[in-house]
This record gives sequence, structure tokens and C-alpha cells, in this order.
Amino acid sequence: MSDIIKIKRGFDIKISGKAIEKVSSPLVTSYALKPTDHIGITPKLMVKEGDRVKAGTPVFYSKQNEKILFTSPVSGTIESINRGEKRAIEEIVISADSVQEYEDFGTESLASMQREEVIEKLLKSGLWTLIRQRPYSTIPNPELQPKCIIISGFDSSPLAANYNFILKGKGAQIQLGVDVLKKLSSGKIHLNIRANETNADELLKLEGVQINRFEGPHPVGNVSVQISKLDPINKGDMVWYIDVQDLAIIGNLFVSGKVEKDRMVALVGPEVKNTQYFNIKIGACISSLVMDNVSKDNNLRYISGNVLTGKRIKENGYVGAYDNLVSVIKEGDYYQFLGWIAPGFKKFSLSRTFPTGFLNLLPSKFRKPIKIDTNMHGGKRALVLTGEYEKVLPLDIYPMQLIKACIIEDIDLMEQLGIYEVDAEDFALCEVIDVSKTDIQQIIRNGLELIRKEMGE
Amino acid sequence: MKFVRDFLDKIKPNFEKGGKFPWLHSTFDAFETFAFVPKTTTSSGAHFRDAIDMKRTMTMVILALIPALLFGTYNIGYQHFHSLNPELAFFDGFWDNLLYGIIKILPIVVVSYVVGLSIEFGFAQWRKHEVNEGFLVTGMLIPLVMPPDVPLWQVALATAFAVVIGKEVFGGTGMNFLNPALLARAFLFFAFPSSMSGDNVWIAQKADAFSGATPLAEMMMGAELPSTSFWDMFLGIMPGSIGETSAVAILLGAAFLLITGVGSWRIMLSVFIGGAIMGLTFNLFGSNPYTQIPFYYHYVMGGFMFGAVFMATDPVTAAQTNKGKWIYGILIGVMAVLIRVVNPAYPEGMMLAILLLNVFAPLIDYYIVDANIRKRVKRWKIKGGQNV
Repeated sequence: MSDIIKIKRGFDIKISGKAIEKVSSPLVTSYALKPTDHIGITPKLMVKEGDRVKAGTPVFYSKQNEKILFTSPVSGTIESINRGEKRAIEEIVISADSVQEYEDFGTESLASMQREEVIEKLLKSGLWTLIRQRPYSTIPNPELQPKCIIISGFDSSPLAANYNFILKGKGAQIQLGVDVLKKLSSGKIHLNIRANETNADELLKLEGVQINRFEGPHPVGNVSVQISKLDPINKGDMVWYIDVQDLAIIGNLFVSGKVEKDRMVALVGPEVKNTQYFNIKIGACISSLVMDNVSKDNNLRYISGNVLTGKRIKENGYVGAYDNLVSVIKEGDYYQFLGWIAPGFKKFSLSRTFPTGFLNLLPSKFRKPIKIDTNMHGGKRALVLTGEYEKVLPLDIYPMQLIKACIIEDIDLMEQLGIYEVDAEDFALCEVIDVSKTDIQQIIRNGLELIRKEMGE
Repeated sequence: MKFVRDFLDKIKPNFEKGGKFPWLHSTFDAFETFAFVPKTTTSSGAHFRDAIDMKRTMTMVILALIPALLFGTYNIGYQHFHSLNPELAFFDGFWDNLLYGIIKILPIVVVSYVVGLSIEFGFAQWRKHEVNEGFLVTGMLIPLVMPPDVPLWQVALATAFAVVIGKEVFGGTGMNFLNPALLARAFLFFAFPSSMSGDNVWIAQKADAFSGATPLAEMMMGAELPSTSFWDMFLGIMPGSIGETSAVAILLGAAFLLITGVGSWRIMLSVFIGGAIMGLTFNLFGSNPYTQIPFYYHYVMGGFMFGAVFMATDPVTAAQTNKGKWIYGILIGVMAVLIRVVNPAYPEGMMLAILLLNVFAPLIDYYIVDANIRKRVKRWKIKGGQNV
């Protein structure tokens, strides 16, 4: 058993509405693929409205790499293709059949397959898109080899799904998924788990991986933080990463020959009446999950993903390609009279200028879960305060300097300051506590995208 | 407060695009957001935000300044009446002292705010920015570092200079590299030395017969120790700049800044360490009486304490990296004591020490960040990368 890797800086924001450990399998009839879930992908459609698809039928491919296919999670009919600004494709909506049909990808034994054959199978089935790479968080180019692969075996973000719970019974499939990864890369395969989880049996039994145990507050579950402790990314390096739940989907493909994009998704947040887990497929519509299950207030925000990094969706929107969480919080479009000087006994703040800030000095288990809403609590200002971001960023990075380098689009400086080691999500907590109300994640994302385009990747 | 909200909502369209006064938008926004924290919601990134904002942060600094302001107000009156009647005890004629102090300080505060805020609003309007709250603090700091008898037109001139040349020409709040309040003081110090130095300016309308020398001036003249006792200096019962005399009042403010986390403990602590290092070094090697005073006398004389707590900690002009803050702070302490003791032209070294280190702060940060960059490049080279 390896040593525990401890992270000190960061913070666990304890929000009310954690999912209780109960599962149901609702009937979902509408699914969607959202090209915007994938960074750097320009979709080229392979279907049109009214076409029939099976589970695993390609729906669109990437203009950047024609081999990367995106496949339907279910069999059914292409109901609509929703476009946004400049006619960019936002959603390809599929209405599901009551009896599912599957494309057959064969059940050839993994042991006898070559790397190229494995990749071919993953690409064709669309499951290649479950793997992502650092830097940039894009879907990797199958022709390249990563220096290592990270399997993230826990999530430390607010209200995150409990991985011990969602992985129950999936051990065999995950092991097969690991075996697939071993075919892809000769590098090390890291499985990162939380140190204090006692019943992560499914994961502890896995073979062929190096198990790393992490301890500390969020963002300890972020891939960047973990890589920085295991094998820091240098310029030109590439690391692949995948969520352990998605590994089971890949494993299943090699057993059954079918694409079954099953994912256990937690419905969480202060505005949810009965929080719980749902057995659904990637891209499922959330309307049957949230209907009659959220507070009466009409003014709610639905988020696919967690409240720090997730994407805003409609109440009849769809679960994102990489998300296993749907969070519901109140919109905060209200004025606060003299709110900047009022004591604010109920407001969330890490700063000790609010009484509640002192409560946050307690360890997270002694803190009461809080309610949050989407109010900005102030106007945008110049970047003035220093030394604040460092408190919640457990990376050997100078955040203020990197943010400014991204703002001025100085690529050399961004590289020197370690842009390859980070992703926008690592700055989510910095963004939350920022006094200047700067949208830091967007700034970092823009910086990364600028470099990616410059490098022609 | 609904009627205020209703009124604001009613007049708001006038200040928006297509309204009657679109050129007053920043001004309206400043007043509207003063009354109400806006209802803006998150549109990108994290879906919720910390309740703290710039207004609250800056308000905390102003609250921290209140003890120094109150003590300074009273002390103006006391020093004035004390010069007329050297037998006067500190609490004798309490209300007279206070009233006299208020009459003296209020116009200075008003002039500083009116001049500074007008310029800030003007620039915000011109740049189509929101008005930044930074000047709310600067506008309070400027009166506190002035001598009580400073002519009001000089305050106005210095404030305008500090805001325009010190801040706005570099792009406004967050972009300046010199502490605006200290710049105002430095401007007067060099432009109008007669109102900013000598024995006659530190007590309002001083009686001619009374000496009025500050402890710093006494030391400069070769005294063994200041005529004011250490504890009187600690309490602040001595002539000097309005808000700078009382270490107790300033330490109350410091405690508030540290508890709320608004002020940098690294900078405050390191300035004191720097002062101690230089003070002790002089004790070892110095020859004249000034070099032999205990180092903690430096803390309570002149503007050392005020500078350490309120001036050096300005996040914009200080070093921005945590390691850099230590170097920055220690050097301020060292330089302040060095200038005081060694340079006969400037009795008070704190102002110049902080301004000097303001100038060097980006350089300090450069080397701290460069070490991080080098580490990264080295790691990359070990792995076989080429030269950057």
C-alpha cells in the first residue's frame, strides 16, 4: 500500500442536498448528444432528422479528426437537431424506442487483440470519447501515446456522487476496462482513490494499476492536482484520464459487444425534495428526474455537473457527456439593501469579514450544510487583492500571474507559469472566493484554447 | 427599503443607453450599488460566489482606521491646548479638545474625499468603468498622514496629484505601482516642505513659546531619548501627523484587519522584523545617541506603525507573492530605520521606505516567480525537453 498523498490547500464547501443512497431507474424517452460538451470538436453530422439509429450508431464525427465518432446511447429516432448562434449544433435529440436495439461490435477476446484493433473498436463504438487528455481536456488523438493514464476514482467537488456507492457490482467490468487501457499505453496506469474510504473494495481489488491514496479538501479530486503529485506535466507531455464509472462502460463493450452507456447519476442540491441516484444513460433528459421533485420556486437553476464547474441546462435539458451529477440551486436575482455592510449571518463566505467565515475554520464534518444561490454578491472590479487564490489552489502555480498572462494572451508567459499543468476547473474555488468577481475559469479556458489552436492540436 | 428600490428602478432608464444621461451611468451605478448589492447572477464558471465583494473589503479597512481617526481628532485638540498651557493633562477639557479636533480634521477629510472621488468618478465615466472602491480608503488615509495645520488647498492639490499621476495615468485601480496616499504626502513633502516639516507644523496653531518638536526631530537633533516617554508615544500623546501618533489605536485597527483577514499579516509582521533588525544592528555598531535607542522606540515614533499596518499592506502596490511579501516588508522596516538614523535630510524614513519598496515590489515578485519558472524548466530538461 502506497503512502497517503496529502493536500493541504483547498476547501470543502458543504452544501445541503447531498444524495441519499437510494437508486431508481426512471423511464427516460428523450436523449441528446451535445457536441459542446467536448472541447475543440466541430461536429459533422452523419444523420438527419427522422433517421433511425441503434445504440452505438454514429451520430456525428469530429471535423478535426474524422476517426473520432460520437454514437447514440440508445436506439430510436433522431427527433431534432437544435442549433444555436451561427447555426452551431447544440443538441441532437433522439427519442428512444421502448425496446432497445444495439449495434454489434463483436465479442472478440481482448487478450488476442492488438493495440490498433482495440483503438479501432473504441473509436467505432464512440467510447473513445470517454477518454480525455491533459493538457486542454480534449479527446486525445488515438495515434499518440500518453506518458501515463489517470483513473479518477473519486470526486471531491460539492455534493459529488459517492463512488463507493455508484461502483457497487461493477468491479468485473472496471477490471476489463483497466485491461483495455493497458493495451492502449505502455505507461503507468494510476488509480486515484480517497485515503479514508474504507469500503472502496471494488477499486482496491483492481489489478494492473498503481493505487494512489489522496487525502485533503477539494480540489484534491481534480486530475491536475493528482498529476502534479504523481508525475507533473511538462511542455509536450500528455496524460490521459478517464472516470472510473466510464471504464465500466468500456469494459462492458468488450464483454457484450454492445454500447450501453449506463451511468449512475445523482440528483442533488438544496432545492431538490428527494435527493437520490438514478440509473440512466449518458445524455438522458432530466425532466423525469426533476419533475415534482424540486422546490415550488420557479426560479431555479439546473446544472449538469457540480455547482463549481457544471453547465447550466434547462429543466428539460440533458445530462452532459462527462457528468454524473445534476445539481439544482436557486437563482439569486435579488437586490440586497446595503448588503456590502450588513452583517450577513446567513451568507456563504470564506472570508472572515462575515460571521459565517469563522465557521468555515472548523473541519468540514463539524460544519452545517448551507444553501447557496447564483447571486454574484457584488460588481466586477479590478484585480486588487493578492494572496487569496493561493489558499485554495494546491498547485505549485502562481495563480494571479497565470490569470494575468492569460488575459494578455502571452503564450510564452503562460507556458512558463505552468498552463499545461492546469485546467479551468482547478480555478473554480479561486473564482468563488474572488473579491473582484472575475470569471477566472473562462479566462483560463481561453488561455488554454489559445495555445491549443496555436499548436494546431 | 422598497421605496428606495422603486425610486432607483424608476430613474434607472435615464442613465442607460438611449436615456437622457447615459454619460452619468458610472455615477448612477456607484450610488445604486452603494444602496443595493446588484441582482446580477453568475453567467459563466462557478454557479455561486462568495458573499464578499470589493465594497465590503474596503469598508473593513475604513473601519480599521476609525480608532486612529478618533484618537487623532482628539489629539489635535489636546496638542493645541497643551501648547498654550503645558500643564494641561490629557483628559482635561475633553470636549474642547474633541471639538477643536473635529473643526480641524473635518475640512481635510471632506476636501480629500470630494477632490479624489470627483476625479475617480470622472475617470470611471470616461473609461465607461464601474467606480472602484479603492479611493474610499485612500481618501481616509490622506487626512491621517497630514500635519494638522496643513492648508486645505494643499490637501486638494496633493490628492489630485496622487489620484491622477499616481493612479489614473497607469490605468486606474489595480494598475498603480505607488501607494496613492503616500504619494500625496510625498508630493507635499517635496513641493511644500515648509508645511510638512520643521517644528511648527505638527501642532495646530501652536503657541510660539512651545517647542513642538516631534520625538523624531528631537532624536535628529542629538537627544539621548525623546522627551516624550515610551508609553506616551505608545499611547500617542505627542505631536505628529493626525492619525499616526497612537500605536494603540493603530494596533486596534491592525487586529481588526488581521481578524477579518483583509490585511496581510506577512507584511505587517515582516515590517516590524525589518525595523528590529536594523535597530539592533545600529545598537551593535552605532556611535551616536540615535543609533543607541532600543529598536522598539522606532515602532512608536513617527509613522512607522501606521505605515506598517495601513500603507505597506496596500495589496496593489505591495509585493504580490507570499514569499515576496516577506522580503518587501523586511526591507521596508530596514530602510525606514536606516533613513531615520543616517540621513539628516529626512527625519521620517517610513514614507520614503514604503515608496521605495513600492517601486521594487514588482522586481521582488519577478525573482520569486522566476524561481518557479526555473524549477519548471529544469524539470522539463531532466525529462529531455529542448531549450525553451
